[in-house]
Amino acid sequence: MSAPMISLQGLSGTTVFDQSPARAKSGGCASSSCGSSAKPHEMDSAVWEKIKDHPCFSEEAHHYFARMHVAVAPACNIQCNYCNRKYDCANESRPGVVSERLTPDQALRKAIEVANQVPQLSVLGIAGPGDACYDWKNTKATFERVAKEIADIKLCISTNGLALPDRVAELAEMNVDHVTITINMVDPRIGAEIYPWIFYENRRYTGVEAATILHERQMSGLEMLTARGILTKINSVMIPGVNDEHLIEVNKWVKERGAFLHNVMPLISDPAHGTHYGLSGQRGPKAMELKALQDRLEGGAKLMRHCRQCRADAVGLLGEDRGKEFTLDRLPDKVTYDASKRETYRAVVARERGDRMAAKSEALGMVKTAGSGKSLLVAVATKGGGRINEHFGHAKEFQIYEASPKGIGFVGHRKVEQYCLGGRAEDKSLDGVISTLEGVDIVLCARIGNSPEDRLKESGIRATDAYGYDYIETAIGALYAAEFGSEPLAATA
Amino acid sequence: MAFKIIASQCTQCGACEFECPSGAIKFKGETYVIDPKKCTECEGTFETQQCASVCPVSKTCVPA
Repeated sequence: MSAPMISLQGLSGTTVFDQSPARAKSGGCASSSCGSSAKPHEMDSAVWEKIKDHPCFSEEAHHYFARMHVAVAPACNIQCNYCNRKYDCANESRPGVVSERLTPDQALRKAIEVANQVPQLSVLGIAGPGDACYDWKNTKATFERVAKEIADIKLCISTNGLALPDRVAELAEMNVDHVTITINMVDPRIGAEIYPWIFYENRRYTGVEAATILHERQMSGLEMLTARGILTKINSVMIPGVNDEHLIEVNKWVKERGAFLHNVMPLISDPAHGTHYGLSGQRGPKAMELKALQDRLEGGAKLMRHCRQCRADAVGLLGEDRGKEFTLDRLPDKVTYDASKRETYRAVVARERGDRMAAKSEALGMVKTAGSGKSLLVAVATKGGGRINEHFGHAKEFQIYEASPKGIGFVGHRKVEQYCLGGRAEDKSLDGVISTLEGVDIVLCARIGNSPEDRLKESGIRATDAYGYDYIETAIGALYAAEFGSEPLAATA
Repeated sequence: MAFKIIASQCTQCGACEFECPSGAIKFKGETYVIDPKKCTECEGTFETQQCASVCPVSKTCVPA
């Protein structure tokens, strides 16, 4: 079965949007508030070069490029209350969870097979379970082997930071220029509530003493990476009543130490997962609480808002997981890297993204000239490429955009149960989709049937496929102008 | 004296193997096992048994 993905054909197709004179305004995007979506003219070109193909470090890139994670480093040197080391599962999608662990040789085989099959692949990451810097032998062996075969692949790791200072020099040597550090506190008293123990210099530490060591190592690792020009993303798990308010302080500290992005993730806590927090009844934050905290962090270290909290063995674009297509039993015994698909795809993307940026610039002009103070919340069904190219009934998530006088910005995503399965529409799941879309003004998709369109309308949500296959920003700009502008514009599709 | 690993609890993360100062731990079949002939309980080397200190699951690396 061929999996849904952006086809090269789909991406290279002609753009359908109004070619009216561009009203490009530099700095038009609210770049200070949506840092990770900033564009080349708004940031240092060397930084842009590093993030432009990295889906996790750039919101813009996440429409085009895919990552794969290989679970090769299962050993960890700390215990976190949100993690259960006994948990491996095929059906759960969350950090730390995998269905199989790999040796470096198996990881190489998998990386080559994925690179051959998934042209969007640009990043190979090691992100748990376990700590990539602690289980260093496996991490290093994997990176060395993969980099030798697929020279242009970006290597990145995720770490708790405890062993990080010992590895910075080697990371730099291996051209690992994207590192994620999970930092949940800068006050060890709060750390003591999150980390039951750490293993450091041959002994186990607990309590404030443990958290103090971890804190100092995290800060020094971050400073060392910044000094070497390695980009860092800080992941913080938002734990209501424990560190939620404190993350404002964390954001300040990491900004001062040169962190490139700050990703505040909601605690995932379910008794079935068997974690300490799951079992003790510690709740995770509600979506609105997370958004409220993120909004308060605006102006500090730049925020990542497109994280999907993916599995530690996820493969594909963010928001999709093709991991099940590449399990060990499905990998050929012998693989040979074939760069052709990735090269073709990159050439198409290079043209496409320039085109999209021009379209975005024009759309921003439309929003600005509308001269309205109002905002519009739009849900988009997309398979990638920055286009409205997914059927309403096939969407597993909607990407949420907000158009306002500040510009058009990506504000998050909402997961839904696929409403149309195997040609049959389920009313029950439509109810779920509608409640998930609460607060959204308009849904944009490639196709939608009359029945779901009417049902959405009854709930006060408009849906249209009039902009199918357009760029997301083009459609939103036109909608905003039609909605709030003084002169209604004709639909562009 | 030696330590042993309760196989049913082991997550096979392998941290014990690379922390063991005596090279007494190896992956065999489905799990890690401690060779009692090589295990010194870290006596004279470290204050605490390394395998038990780094093991993420309590009561899994225990005195044999």
